Amino acid sequence: MSEGISQPDRPQVREGDAPDLFSKFDDLIAMREGLLASGQEDPFNLVMEKVLSPTRAICNGRDTILLGTYNYMGMTFDPDVVAAGKQALADFGSGTTGSRVLNGTYQGHRECEDALREFYAMDHAMVFSTGYQANLGIISTIAGKGDYIVLDIDSHASIWDGCAMGKAEVVPFRHNDLDAMEKRLRRIPEDAGKLVVLEGVYSMLGDVAPLKEMVAIAKKYGAMVLVDEAHSMGFIGENGRGVCEEQGVIEDVDFIIGTFSKSVGTVGGFCVSNHPKFEIMRLVCRPYVFTASLPPSVVATAATSIRKLMHGGNKRAHLWENSRRLHAGLKDLGFELGTDEPQSAIVAVIMPDLAKGAAMWEALLKEGLYVNLARPPATPANMTLLRCSLCAEHSAEEVGTILGMFERAGKAVGII
Amino acid sequence: MDRAQTDQTIRSLIEPFNKKGIEIADSTTFAGDLEFDSLTVMDFVAAIEDEFDVIISMNQQAEIETYGQLVDAVHKMQADA
Ligand SMILES: Cc1ncc(COP(=O)(O)O)c(C=O)c1O
Repeated sequence: MSEGISQPDRPQVREGDAPDLFSKFDDLIAMREGLLASGQEDPFNLVMEKVLSPTRAICNGRDTILLGTYNYMGMTFDPDVVAAGKQALADFGSGTTGSRVLNGTYQGHRECEDALREFYAMDHAMVFSTGYQANLGIISTIAGKGDYIVLDIDSHASIWDGCAMGKAEVVPFRHNDLDAMEKRLRRIPEDAGKLVVLEGVYSMLGDVAPLKEMVAIAKKYGAMVLVDEAHSMGFIGENGRGVCEEQGVIEDVDFIIGTFSKSVGTVGGFCVSNHPKFEIMRLVCRPYVFTASLPPSVVATAATSIRKLMHGGNKRAHLWENSRRLHAGLKDLGFELGTDEPQSAIVAVIMPDLAKGAAMWEALLKEGLYVNLARPPATPANMTLLRCSLCAEHSAEEVGTILGMFERAGKAVGII
Repeated sequence: MDRAQTDQTIRSLIEPFNKKGIEIADSTTFAGDLEFDSLTVMDFVAAIEDEFDVIISMNQQAEIETYGQLVDAVHKMQADA
């Protein structure tokens, strides 16, 4: 390769009949082009030019209320959190340039794991570079060839990828269906290793799993249980430990997976557990070993944020007020929602189809409101959804403004 | 149960999922001919699992592309059970 020349050394002519490896994306490329040709702003190419607070940003030149960030507790601009990050950046530098098991474990990584152990009152905590890697790593490492994983069909991509990477036998069941789950567990050979993977809150519709019953069933068949509590940390359960705490089964859950990219307000992932042999994971879990650890500033902000979340009672109450008000308001306006009652800080608005959903998304953006557009194949039952996630920093007035925006946009697009 | 009986039972189970009334032969493919999406596959597999009291993991499903292969696989599972 000749440096500094923008032309390739050899002309890129493919010989023979071998297909272009990109032709498998042709349908998706066509669908995207169709959407953009209809004058649509690209829902997957939004740039936030300035971020003013956890709830406001300048997006594509517009002052915009953020209602699709999963920044549930609004910790991203918390003064203590920001100060801790700045201090760590100054004291420990911009990055660790190394794996957790080599040169990448600093004082801050330890302190962050201490904060998690205290937050969850568990014996072990392991911090990963993202929540995606936490699921990928833990699931693929504990459930290998010959073991069985029983999981909800609506599980997050990181869970599916962890299953695939570990080569266990994968047995899905219909979303939140206790009977279907039990039938599958019952048929697995008794002497096989079994892992049940569940989520506390499912992020597409914002619905909660019946963990009390599910964990009891899993235990009845001798399965270990892993619960992903990404969308509940800090505001569901008495101590904010999640749906498994709220439903009184946290003691029977073997592993909780979480992320710093939502309530904690930075980036990173973790697993907490009371399993007596848990620490061996640090040596055998490839997505933990073969990647660089989080920067010192990130673990410092995470640890500070996690400790503040232990005492976030007022913020938590306000987040629930916001969620209830938005849910009730949208329902009154005539929108179809993912759940009949508000079960989490996610309110999913079901769109009649992708075209109307995209039009609605754009109309809201022009009103000055950002929500998440979720569309097939990432959605259950191939629905198009506008996912709204509330923040404890949304004021009551902002929620009122948001409802007004939904009303105008919904009428303009012809959904209500 | 012999293979013909297994075939007969699966044939009746597939009916509600065969929305376009495609004629089913051993060479009929689930993804191509029947256009099953992932949710349909889950429900159809659950129906078979419940009927025969077997488990067909996604790993096993990945090996099964045609109707005939499915009948063979279920028939074998029963024989082994
Ligand atoms: C349920 C669930 N698990 C895991 C993740 C991955 O988290 P992270 O953003 O830290 O990779 C997410 C978020 O994207 C999620 O929604």
